[in-house]
Amino acid sequence: MSDPRAPLRLGVDRERCVGAGMCALTAPAVFDQDEEEGLVVLLSPAPAPEHRPAARMAAGLCPAEAITLTG
Amino acid sequence: MSHDPNAVGTTTDDLPTLPTDRHTGCPFDPPEGLTALSDEPMRRMRYGDGHVGRLVTGHAAARAILADPRFSSRYELLHLPEPMEGMPGQIPPAPIGDIIGLDAPEHTRYRRLLTGRFTVRRMRQLTERVERFTKECLDAMEEAGPTADLVEAFAQPVPALVICELLGVPYSDRERFQSQVATLFDQTADAGAKGDAHTALLQYLGELVLAKRAEPTDDLLSDLTTSDLTDEELAGLGGLLLAAGLDTTANMLALGTFALLSNPDQLDALRADPGLAAQTVEELLRYLSVADPLLRSALEDVEVDGTLIKAGETVTVSVQAVNRDPRRFPDPDRLDIHRKATGHLAFGHGVHQCLGQQLARVEMAVAFPALLARFPTLRLAVPPREVPLRERSNIYGVVSLPVTWDQV
Repeated sequence: MSDPRAPLRLGVDRERCVGAGMCALTAPAVFDQDEEEGLVVLLSPAPAPEHRPAARMAAGLCPAEAITLTG
Repeated sequence: MSHDPNAVGTTTDDLPTLPTDRHTGCPFDPPEGLTALSDEPMRRMRYGDGHVGRLVTGHAAARAILADPRFSSRYELLHLPEPMEGMPGQIPPAPIGDIIGLDAPEHTRYRRLLTGRFTVRRMRQLTERVERFTKECLDAMEEAGPTADLVEAFAQPVPALVICELLGVPYSDRERFQSQVATLFDQTADAGAKGDAHTALLQYLGELVLAKRAEPTDDLLSDLTTSDLTDEELAGLGGLLLAAGLDTTANMLALGTFALLSNPDQLDALRADPGLAAQTVEELLRYLSVADPLLRSALEDVEVDGTLIKAGETVTVSVQAVNRDPRRFPDPDRLDIHRKATGHLAFGHGVHQCLGQQLARVEMAVAFPALLARFPTLRLAVPPREVPLRERSNIYGVVSLPVTWDQV
């Protein structure tokens, strides 16, 4: 396993997103849902170290594989 | 297991069917035959009509299958795990508005109309209303006490009041939909009874949709009348949301209370620290997994974790077994509100993952602590073995939960 606090770049795919809200629930400092469609909004593409573990967890929980991680 | 189902010469008659017998042991545990299979996470299984498909009991395999668009949710491609009276093994296509039985892009079109209405933020904004409904039910229960059927007094009305208000369905009409919804989930009801219940539910929603079109109010059904959905689609979708909102959280609240009362150390820990409510909810979701199983059909040959699933095979994902997979959740049969249960598949996985899950979380995170705070001496009024269980329903739970408490 890589260090959960290692640098992190995030990407989101709103076409894949199904609005389940797992990301906004798990890492609210990094992800949100828009008011209209409820689809993912990336607040922080390069999250600060303290938000990285939650962001990684959110990516793993996403039911639609709509969050991509690059180190 | 005494035989190898993949052995040459084994006839399909020898293959296991879906284990459903919970009579042995703990009422919160999956049927014994299910968890015994965890070392074989994708075993072959015989379906109600003789079809040979798969039974998935492993967490990793379940996630992979549920996230993979090569596995279809279309009802007409599925074989039923067990024969149903009046219906041969296969199921007719999804009725209009039942998006659980659709694939992309049809499913996507409907889901996109709804996701903005069920976001984390919007559901949290309902917290005060959930608290108010919870308090009203607890007040009435306390006044009528010191005994109650928790299902009737609390577990059913709280989520029913919430989903009715959200959709714009008059709660006072509940005799027109409550028993129909129960029939739809009842595995002992025959296909004819289910058909009648569905027709009655759609007729009720159809009338309501016309009323909302004529005179919109501030609710989801009224808002959807401005979309491009037809009356028929709107009634079908409304019926699905109503059914899902009525019977799922209700069973979690009653069965969850039964589970907490049966695990006094966990109950005490939650009472001592209501801040544990959110993670208690996740653990109860994992431990109880009331909505089970999930079915998919392979559209083409797919290899999952070294196992070839052939085109046309139905896959039964046993959520209750998956959420007890010891490789994912250590000591899985233990209810432990301090564990990290996140990652459970109680709401499913993939594009069909429960649309109302954030509402369910808010309802449960409010309701459990409020119930325990109101009745510090809450306990079962009958021996645990006498609590009637909903053994043959698509949503597991208790039929009733007789409780009592000391009056102050």
